[in-house]
Amino acid sequence: MHELGIASSILDCVHAEARRHPDVRITKVGVKIGELAGVDVDSLQFGFEAIVKDTEWDGLVLAIESIPRVQRCPKCQHEFRMADFDPQCPQCGEFATQCISGEELDIAYMEVDE
Amino acid sequence: MSRVEVEKKVLNENQILAEQLRERYRHHGILCVNLISSPGSGKTLLLEKTLDRMDKSARVAVLTGDLQTENDAKRLAKFGFPVKQIVTGGTCHLDAHMIEKHLAAWKLEDIDLLIVENVGNLVCPSSYDLGEDAKIVLLSTTEGEDKPLKYPSIFFKSELMVLTKIDLLPYVPFSAELAKENARRVHPQMEILELSSTTGEGLDGWMEWLGERQRKAKSKAGAVRA
Repeated sequence: MHELGIASSILDCVHAEARRHPDVRITKVGVKIGELAGVDVDSLQFGFEAIVKDTEWDGLVLAIESIPRVQRCPKCQHEFRMADFDPQCPQCGEFATQCISGEELDIAYMEVDE
Repeated sequence: MSRVEVEKKVLNENQILAEQLRERYRHHGILCVNLISSPGSGKTLLLEKTLDRMDKSARVAVLTGDLQTENDAKRLAKFGFPVKQIVTGGTCHLDAHMIEKHLAAWKLEDIDLLIVENVGNLVCPSSYDLGEDAKIVLLSTTEGEDKPLKYPSIFFKSELMVLTKIDLLPYVPFSAELAKENARRVHPQMEILELSSTTGEGLDGWMEWLGERQRKAKSKAGAVRA
C-alpha cells in the first residue's frame, strides 16, 4: 500500500548519489527487502518502474534482493531460517529465539557507467 | 560499469527525524507510544477510556492520525488534555515529519506521556519509525486469530499486543488462546494484555503498563541528566 512511497524514497537516494557523482550515470540500484519489512516486492518493482518511466531516469533498474527471516538461539547459538512462523530452535528445542535478520529496508549498492 | 556500495536505509530521512524525536523525548523524560491496529479495533475508544482514567493533573498529550476528518480529535478533546488531529489526506500511515510538525506548538517539558494513534492500517505504519519508545498493536476479538501470521511485520515490531473487545468473547467464534499463540509465534518476547474498553475489564492492567513504562522513561531521563 505504501510501496510507491518507498519507491520514491529509493529514487531520492539515487538523486542524492547522482548529485555527489555528477560525472557518472547510475544504471542500477540494488535494495535489500527483509520479509519482515512489510513491503510487497512486486508492488515496489511496479511502482518504481512507473515513477521513472518517461523521466531522465527511464531505464534505471531496480534490483530487489529478498532477505529471509533468520533466528538465532540464545542457548546453543544455532542460526536458522524461520519457516512457517515456527521460532523453535531445530537443534535444541528452545522457543525464545531471537530474530537477527529479516527487517531490512536498505539500499545496498548502485551500478554506474563511468 | 562499476558497482558502488551504498548501505543506507531506504527511509533514511524518516529515520534521522525519528532519532531526533527519540532524543528529544529522552531528554524530557517523555514516554511515547505508537498505537497501531486495523480500522475498527478500538484504538480511539481505548484512548477515551485511558484519558478518562487519567488524573486531571496528568501531563498527557495525544496525536491522532486519520486519512480525513477531525472526528477523533473531537472525541478525545473533551477530556481536557491537549489533542491534535493529523489529517494525512490519503496517506496510509504517519511518518516522523508529520509528528515533528504537529508537536511544534507544544512544549515538550510540559508532557510526560505522548500517545500517537496511527492511521488504522496493519501494513504501512510498521515501516515508519516515529521515534516512539514502543509500538503497541491492538487486535480485537471480532477479527481473525491469524492476523499476527498475516501481518507479521507489525506484530514483530510491537512490544505489546492489546487484545480488545474481550466482552464479546462469548458471542464470537474467536479463540483468545489461539490469537496469543499466533502472536508469540511471530514474536516470542511479546507482552500481551487483554481488555474491554466497554466494560472496563482489564483496563487497570493497561493503565499500570503505561504507568510503569512512564516511570522507566522518567528515570532514564534523570540518569541522562545526572
